Amino acid sequence: MPSDTTAAVGSAADLLAALPPSPAVWCSGLRKQYGRRTAVDDVSFTVQRGEVLGLLGPNGAGKTSVIKMLLGLVRPDAGEVMLLGRPARDPLARTGVGYLPELFRYQPWLTAAEVLALHVRLARVRVPAAEQRDCLTLVGLAERADDRVGEFSKGMQQRLGLAVALVARPELVVLDEPTSALDPIGRVDVRDLVLSLKARGVTVLLNSHLIGEVERVCDQVLILDGGRVAASGTLDELLGQQEVRLHLGGVDARAEARLRAGGPLSRSGDWFTVAVPADDAGTTVPQLVRDLVGLGVSVHAVEPGRISLEERLLGILRREPGDGRS
Amino acid sequence: MTALTVAALTLREASRRRVLWALVVLTAALLALSAWGFSRLAGLETSQGTLTSGEARLVASQLLNLVMFGMSLIAALGTAFLAGPTLAGEIESGMALAVLARPVRRSAVLLGKWLGLVAFGCGFVAVAGLAQFLVVRATVGYWPPSPLSGLALLAAQTVVLLTLALLLSSVVSTMASGIVAVGLFGATWVAGVVGGVGEALGNDGVARVGTVSRILLPTDGLWRGAMHAFQDPTALSQFGFQNSGFPFLSEAPLTVAYLVWAGVWVAMVWGLTAFSFRLRDI
Repeated sequence: MPSDTTAAVGSAADLLAALPPSPAVWCSGLRKQYGRRTAVDDVSFTVQRGEVLGLLGPNGAGKTSVIKMLLGLVRPDAGEVMLLGRPARDPLARTGVGYLPELFRYQPWLTAAEVLALHVRLARVRVPAAEQRDCLTLVGLAERADDRVGEFSKGMQQRLGLAVALVARPELVVLDEPTSALDPIGRVDVRDLVLSLKARGVTVLLNSHLIGEVERVCDQVLILDGGRVAASGTLDELLGQQEVRLHLGGVDARAEARLRAGGPLSRSGDWFTVAVPADDAGTTVPQLVRDLVGLGVSVHAVEPGRISLEERLLGILRREPGDGRS
Repeated sequence: MTALTVAALTLREASRRRVLWALVVLTAALLALSAWGFSRLAGLETSQGTLTSGEARLVASQLLNLVMFGMSLIAALGTAFLAGPTLAGEIESGMALAVLARPVRRSAVLLGKWLGLVAFGCGFVAVAGLAQFLVVRATVGYWPPSPLSGLALLAAQTVVLLTLALLLSSVVSTMASGIVAVGLFGATWVAGVVGGVGEALGNDGVARVGTVSRILLPTDGLWRGAMHAFQDPTALSQFGFQNSGFPFLSEAPLTVAYLVWAGVWVAMVWGLTAFSFRLRDI
């Protein structure tokens, strides 16, 4: 009997191990009401392990509330959250989570190194002192490790917050407006940091107003407006096709047919716009230009165009004005 | 584990904040003043001639209680103003966000803060109280009959007040919680004095004011028990001070039932705090 049991347990363990890893974040039907104002309404999304999700939306869209509900800081009125495969009701679900809050403030009477040591203890992870120092070096605070946090500028406190989020070897890092107090160099540092996390397979949830940053580093984007999900998907899905604008002379029927073969066509005087599929490998446009020249068309200008995330975001938000926006 | 980490953090906070220095300065001032006062007491000439040794002991008893009341007030103010910022202040400033997003239970964080404050308050009472006893002994040669149980009751009073301050700081703002806690502490003491006067006058209605307030907030009851442990029983009975209603003498020791009630009170208020802290959106 015992050997049977062992075998059964072993095969169950094999089965479990063969399953794909649970998502880093899974939430369903999140809702939160503050008095009569609905801050978050029926928000559901999933972030797979190793993905970088950008959270976008105007002020008061409910981004920070969603983040706080994921981390158990705010109790949702409805909905469920799973973090790294555990229900978020269980505090242990946050063992592998690093968090930089939007309102970052650390014990002013501790030194930077002491703040990191405190968070390592709270996270119940063994991280050698040297590795903790490396974390401070990574955010540019190596020289200030033994200074009290009370003497730090806002920007330095935010850098310390980044180190706190990274120090306990997280599998999921939640960054809520990580660059709000940083100078342009600091912003580039944060971008590089997110990219290096992504390269190491760490999942990142990034809430930022800097759409350009989100566009550069994120795989997935979730746009919130008035507490609801206004749009979500990969960047390619959200931004749709690319387009190319051509200024042409001497276009005849054959040339127009060739243009149409490249993708949906629109014309305004001598300017032709061809929508190119998003999954284009980069050969469509050069081939098109070569063929047009071959057909005797004079090509004055070729302008590649892509709808930016900013345009897309503004388009979405203007089309669906939020109810709860202040 | 979390609770111990947070308790150590709370103690470190107390030691590095100005509260500690304020306490040290206030206590030193009180000790110096009382040393000066007690040294004048020995061989004091009054209108009825020099104080007899019995009279001197009685006066020393009263004065010690008076000074210890000052001490308990410092402990009360100190811990209440430490307990306030520790919850409400950290939530308001955002300091609690990064800590509570760690794999910790809120009740463990609260327990840690409470333990840290209890250690701080009890440590203060023990050190300052003992120093005061030594001052009195050096100046007038008086040593209280049960100094340890007296200090323990004084420490218990501090624990009651800081538990109340923690509860308040989980529902109202930082300053408000400190002020309300100290205000309630003072109000209970006054109610205790009123009750004592009622007893002296044989007015049950007035006497009940003290009893009821001592049950609602056990600080004054514990304080009276501590006073009883500090004062000289022989001097007291010799001069017939029973039922005089004097605010710095206590006629009876505490009953076990009252001590149990104080323990239950602390547990109940702690539980309420944990409940309200668990539900709170940070």
